[in-house]
Amino acid sequence: MIEVDITGHVGRMDLQAQFSSEGGVTSLFGQSGAGKTSLTNMIAGLIQPETGQISVNGETLFDADKNINLPVQARRIGHVFQDARLFPHLSVKSNLTYARWAGRRQQGRALNEVVELLGLEDLLERKPGTLSGGEKQRVAIGRALLSDPRLLIMDEPLANLDQARRNDILPYLDRLCADAGIPILYVSHSIEEVARLSQTLVILSDGKTPAFGPVADMLARTDLGRATGRHEAGALLEGTVKWEDPEWGLTHVDIGGEVMQIPDLPAEPGEAIRLRIRARDVSLALTPPEGLSIRNTLSGTIRSISRETGPYAEILCAVGDQLIRARITRASVVDLQLSIGKQVTVLIKSVAIDRRQRASINSLAQWQYPRR
Amino acid sequence: MNGRPLVPVDRAYVNFLELQPAEWQALFLTLKVASVALLVALPLAILVAYLLARFKFPGHGILNALVHLPLVMPPVVTGYVLLLAFGRNGPIGSFLRETFGISFAFNWTGAALAAGVMAFPLLVRPIRLSFEAVDPKLEEAAKSLGAHRLVAFLTVTLPLTLPGILGGAILGFAKAMGEFGATITFVSNIPGDTRTLALALYTATQSPSGDLAAFRLTIIATIVAFAALIASEILARHLRKRLGGDHD
Repeated sequence: MIEVDITGHVGRMDLQAQFSSEGGVTSLFGQSGAGKTSLTNMIAGLIQPETGQISVNGETLFDADKNINLPVQARRIGHVFQDARLFPHLSVKSNLTYARWAGRRQQGRALNEVVELLGLEDLLERKPGTLSGGEKQRVAIGRALLSDPRLLIMDEPLANLDQARRNDILPYLDRLCADAGIPILYVSHSIEEVARLSQTLVILSDGKTPAFGPVADMLARTDLGRATGRHEAGALLEGTVKWEDPEWGLTHVDIGGEVMQIPDLPAEPGEAIRLRIRARDVSLALTPPEGLSIRNTLSGTIRSISRETGPYAEILCAVGDQLIRARITRASVVDLQLSIGKQVTVLIKSVAIDRRQRASINSLAQWQYPRR
Repeated sequence: MNGRPLVPVDRAYVNFLELQPAEWQALFLTLKVASVALLVALPLAILVAYLLARFKFPGHGILNALVHLPLVMPPVVTGYVLLLAFGRNGPIGSFLRETFGISFAFNWTGAALAAGVMAFPLLVRPIRLSFEAVDPKLEEAAKSLGAHRLVAFLTVTLPLTLPGILGGAILGFAKAMGEFGATITFVSNIPGDTRTLALALYTATQSPSGDLAAFRLTIIATIVAFAALIASEILARHLRKRLGGDHD
C-alpha cells in the first residue's frame, strides 16, 4: 500500500505527483526527463518535497503539514539505483550484508534465501569491480532486499545494461516480483518491462501524474498516447494456457472465451500468462475472412474509436472479457464504416509475434508471464 | 698473505659514521615532533578536507585560504605568528598555560605545533582530492540501507579515501621532519628541546668543525625519508589491491 501526494521541485522541474497503489508491483512509467528519479528520490527521502504526504503500508514517511520527515536511514525503503552503487572496497557478501552490520537491520530475509533467489552463489567472494553490469544489478537488488525494507524501489535497474544482460536479469526480476512479499515501485521508460512485471501503472509526464490504475486498464487507454509512446502502444491480455500442439509448435491460450494460437510459448497447460499485443500488429475485418494465413481470428465488439490528427486511428475492441487495441488508418475506419458497438473480426498474426519474441525481449510484441 | 687485512681499517673512518649523542638526540626529537604533529593534525586535516570537498558553506573560500596560508607564506612569518599567538604572553599561549598547563614556548611541543601547522596544507590537499573522487551517492546508498551519516562515512567514504590519507600523511610527515623556518622562529634552537635534525644540521654548518656532523645528519635525513617513501609505496599498493579488486 503506497500513497503519494506531493509537490516539490528539483532544478527547473516542478513535480506534482499523486497516486496510490494497493501493493504488488507498481510501475512508475514515463519518458526520460519526466521526473521519475526525482519522484523516487522524494519517496526515498533523498530529496525533500515542499508539500503533501507520503505513506507506505499506513505509516507516514513524510507529511509537510504535520512536520514529519523521516530521514533516509529511518524510512526502511530498499533502493536499487540505476547505477547499482555497490561499495567497491567490500566483497559482494559484505555488500549484501551491509544493512546488517552497518545499518543494524537484523530482521528480514535470510542471506542464503536471497542469494538463491538472485543466483549469487558464485559471486559472494568477489569484488564489485570484477562483476558484469547485470551481476552488479542483481547484487544491488539483493543488498536492498536484505535491508528488511517495507518498500523496494527499483529505479530503472535495466537502463544501463545491454540487451543480452537484460535478458539475463529479467527472469530474476520475474521471480522477485512474484515473491518479494513487499510492495515494489518499479521505475521504467520501457512499456515492455512495465507490462511484464507490474499490476499497477502510474504514468508520469512532465513532472505530473496524469493517470494511474491497473496496468491492463491503463494500457488500453487511448488518450495517453503521448505519455505511453504511440509506436509501442498495445493492450495487455491475461489468459490461461490450454494445451500445446506439438505437431505445429503452437500453444493454445484461452483469453476469456476466445482462443489464441501462440507459437513457441514456453508454458505449461493451466498456467496463467500475460500477453501484450501491440496495436500495430492487429488488423480488423468486418466478416471472418476466408483463405487467410492469419490464425488468430477473434470476434470482438468496438468499444471506442479515437481519431488522431495523423493518418491513424486507435480502435479498442472487447474480445471476451478483455480489451485489444488496434491501430489502423483513418481511411479504413471510413471505408469499413466502423462505429462503436459494431461487431468485427480481430486479426492477429502469430508469426510476427513469434519472431520478435525470439529476437529480443525488449521488442517483444507479446510475452508470457505468470499471473499472481 | 701474511694475515694483514687487504684494506687497512682506519679508526677515524669508523668514527666518521658513528652518531654523536647530540645527533641521536636530534634524531629522536625529530621523530617525536613529527609523529606527534602528524597524530594531532591528521584527524583535523581529514575533517577539514571532508568539509571542503563535500559542503558549500559561507566561509568555504576563507577556510580554504587559511589552510593553504602556511604553504605560501614565508615560514619565518608563520613562526612569528605562532610566537605572537602561542608564546608565553600570546593570547592563546597564556590561556592554554593557565587552564591546561600546556606550554608551547621554547618547548618540543612548540616544535610539534610549528611542524603540524606547516604540514597541514600538505595533509589536506591529497585527502580532499580523494574525498572528491569518492562518489557521494555511495553514502546515499549506505543511508538507504539504514546506516547513519557517521556510520556511512566511516564504513564507505573513509576506507575509499585511505590511499589519499596515506599519501597526505607521508607528505605531511616528511614536511614535519624537515620543518626549519617556523620552528627556529617560534621555539628557537635549544639542544635537547627544540633542536631537530634540520636545526642540528644548520647548527653544524655554522660551526667551523661541523662538516662531518653535517654529513652524518644529511645521511640520516635521507635514509629516514627514503624509508618512509618505500613504506608508503608498499602500503599504497596493498591498499589499492584491497580496495579496487579490478585493477590488478
